[in-house]
Amino acid sequence: MAIKDYIRQRYFPQMWCPGCGHGIILNALLRAVDEMGLDKNNIVMTSGIGCSARISGYVDFHSLHTLHGRALAFATGVKLSKPELTLLVPMGDGDALAIGGNHFIHAARRNIDMTAIVMNNRIYGMTGGQYSPLSGPGKKATTAPYTTIDNDFDVVKLSIAAGASFVARSTAYHVLECIDILKKAIEHKGFSVVEILSQCPTHYGRKNKEGDASQMLEFQKNTTAKLGSKALEQDPTLIPRGVFVDIDAPEYCQEYDRIVERAMKGSQNQIHKFDKTLRDEANQTCPKP
Amino acid sequence: MTDNIKFVQGNEACVEGALYAGIDFYAGYPITPSTEVAELLSKRLPEKGGKFIQMEDEIASMCAIIGASLTGHKVMTATSGPGFSLKQEALGYACMAEIPCVIVNVQRGGPSTGNPTHVSQGDINQARWGTHGDHAIIALTASNHQDVFEVTVDAFNLAETYRTPVILLFDEVVGHMREKLVIPEKGEIPLVDRLRTSVRKGVDYHPYLPREDGRLPMSDFGGEHRYNVTGLFHDMWGFPSNNHQVVRELLHHLVDKIENNVHSITRYKEHYLEGAEYILISYGSSARSAIHMAKNRRERGEKVGVLELQSIWPFPEAMVREKCAGAKAVIVVEMNMGQVMKEVKACVDDSSKVFLANRIDNKLITPTNIKTLLRMIQGRGV
Amino acid sequence: MARLKLKEHVINRDWCKGCGICVHFCPKKVLELDSQEKVVAVRPEDCICCKLCELRCPDLAIEVVTTQTNQAAETDQAAQDE
Repeated sequence: MAIKDYIRQRYFPQMWCPGCGHGIILNALLRAVDEMGLDKNNIVMTSGIGCSARISGYVDFHSLHTLHGRALAFATGVKLSKPELTLLVPMGDGDALAIGGNHFIHAARRNIDMTAIVMNNRIYGMTGGQYSPLSGPGKKATTAPYTTIDNDFDVVKLSIAAGASFVARSTAYHVLECIDILKKAIEHKGFSVVEILSQCPTHYGRKNKEGDASQMLEFQKNTTAKLGSKALEQDPTLIPRGVFVDIDAPEYCQEYDRIVERAMKGSQNQIHKFDKTLRDEANQTCPKP
Repeated sequence: MTDNIKFVQGNEACVEGALYAGIDFYAGYPITPSTEVAELLSKRLPEKGGKFIQMEDEIASMCAIIGASLTGHKVMTATSGPGFSLKQEALGYACMAEIPCVIVNVQRGGPSTGNPTHVSQGDINQARWGTHGDHAIIALTASNHQDVFEVTVDAFNLAETYRTPVILLFDEVVGHMREKLVIPEKGEIPLVDRLRTSVRKGVDYHPYLPREDGRLPMSDFGGEHRYNVTGLFHDMWGFPSNNHQVVRELLHHLVDKIENNVHSITRYKEHYLEGAEYILISYGSSARSAIHMAKNRRERGEKVGVLELQSIWPFPEAMVREKCAGAKAVIVVEMNMGQVMKEVKACVDDSSKVFLANRIDNKLITPTNIKTLLRMIQGRGV
Repeated sequence: MARLKLKEHVINRDWCKGCGICVHFCPKKVLELDSQEKVVAVRPEDCICCKLCELRCPDLAIEVVTTQTNQAAETDQAAQDE
C-alpha cells in the first residue's frame, strides 16, 4: 500500500511546525507498518498530550489520544483486554518520562507487548518551550532563562533497568535506521522502547542556538554513532544508536492467559469437589434400601 | 441448592453485582476500605476468562479500564477518597470521550489520608465536581448488601445506556459490614449490553454523532471502524475541534444526556413515608440509622419516615420536592457537613424547614443522634 | 544492484511547509524552495532516486515516483551518511 493509505488525509497538512522531527518519525513509522504489511484494523495507537501526541490523529488506525503521560496506562488496558491487537505508543519526552515516568517504568517492568516510542525533542513544545527531564544541564528554555541545572535521564539505560525486553535508539536524521528499528520493535514480543531523537527548531533550536531543522538534523548526525562503530570507540561522548537489548522474556498477556487457564481449571475442580461432597452427603443421608 | 445465598461484606456484594452485570475487566490499586473488591475480583475474573490487573497507581487503574472499555468490555475500578482524587483526571476523560465504566468509591474519612478504616460520606460533592469543567455524572449508593448488589448492576446498565462513567458511592460501614445477600437468578435483573453500531464496513462511521434518542452506538477497537478518541473537544469523527458550535453542542450533549434523563436514573426507597410529618433524607450506612429511628418512632405513633436516596447524582430534585411538600421538617441524615442537605435546601419549597443531622467524627451516626435533633426541632427538649 | 529510474517528483504544495530539510540533504541538489517557500524539483535529471527527501519529509509532501516498484532495500545506502 502507499504511505497515504495509512493516514487520515483530511486532517493534513499536519499541525506541527515546519521542520519538526515528529513528522519524520510519523513518516518512518508509517513505512515500518507498511513494510511489515500490518492490518490497520489490528493496530491501536495510543498517545498522551503534547506535540508528539497529535500523531495519533493523523494515522488511520484505531487511535486513542489520552491524557498527559498516561498513554501507556490506557494502552495497558487496551492490550490486556484484547491481546491480539498491536499497540503503538508514541510519546513525547516530558510526556513519557516526567508526568508519565511511573507508567513508563511499570509498563517496562511488566514486559507487556507494546511499542513505546519516545519522540525526544528535549523540550515541552506545545506549551512554548519549557525544559524537560531530557533537556539535560546547561540548556536554555523559557523556564530556564539562566540555563538548566537538572540532569537528564538516559532513556536507554532507564528502560533496560526497568525491564524492557527491547531497547533501541535512533534519530530523525537516520530515517532508514529508524524504519528498521521500528520494525524490529513492533515485531518484538514484549515491551519495546525506541527512543528517537527529534528536533524542535521552533523552541529548543531557537533557544539553544542550534539553527534550523536541517542544522539540527546535522547535529543528530554528528553527535551520535552506531553501536559497535569505530566512531563510538574513538569518541565516547557520542550518543550511541542501535539496538541495545533484544531478549526473549515472559510477556505479560501471555502470562495472564496462563493465570486464566489455572483459574478456570481451579474453579472447575471446586465445582467437582462441591458436587462430590453433595453426592457423598446424599449417599450418607439416604442409604440405599 | 442454596449457594445463591451468601453472608458477605458489602464490598463482596458489589463484586457479585459486577459479575452478575457481566464485568470483564478490572484494574485497581490497593486502598482501604475498598481493597476487598480488588482481592475478590483478582480471583473471580480469571475464573470466567476475564482480566484483572493491579496497576502502578490509581491514575493508571482508571486509564486502564477506559482502554479496556474501548475494546468492548464491561469494566470497573474501585478506590477510596485519596485514590478517587487521583482518578478525577481520567474520570473527566471518560466523561468527555463517553466511555462506559464503573468507579466504586468506598468512602472513608477525609480530607487527605483522613481516616482509612472509618466511615464518612464526605465525597458526595467530589463525585459531582471532582473533575474539572462542566459535565454531568451519575452516582449511585446503597445502605444494605442486597441494594449494593442491585445498584452495582444498575451502574453497569446506566454506564452502557448513557456511555458515561458511573460512580458507586459506598461507605466504609457498608463496604465492610457482613450481611445476607441473595444473588438473583440469571435474567431476574435485566442487563444492558453495549449498543454497537450497525454501520457496515466501508461506510463512514461517526462515533460521536448521537442518534435521535441521544445514544451513541459504539464500535470496538480492533473492529472494522477505525476512529479517534480524544479528551479534547471533538467533532462527530472524534477528531479535535475548536469550532465554537462543535464545542457548545458537545458540552450540551454531555450534560443533557444525563440531566434530561434524571427521571429514568433516579433510584430511591421509601420507609414509613406515608403521611410522614418529619422526613429523614438519608443514604448509605447513615440511612440504616435513620430507618431504625423512624421505625421506633412509628411504633410509638410518631409520623416519622425516611426517604432513602439511592441515586445522588443527578440529584433527584423533583422527586425530593414532591415527597417533602407536606412535611413539617426535613432532616438530612449524613456523615459530612451537609453536602446533600444543601441540595435538599435548594429544591424544597421552604428551605428553612431543612435540618442537618450529621456526624463528622468518622463514627456511624446513631438513631439516638438523629432523635436528639428531631426533639430539638419539635421543641420537646432532648 | 539495479538503480531506480525517476519518473517524477510528486510534491504536495498544500502540505509542504518549506522547512528545507529535503533541499539541504539532497545529495545531488535536485530540490530548491521557490518564492512561495514550497519545494520544487529544479534539476530532476540529476536525481539518483535515493528517496531520502521523501523519507525525511515531516509533512509527507514529497513522493519520488520511479519506474520500478518502491523497494527501500535498493535505496542507495551511501547517500545516508552514518
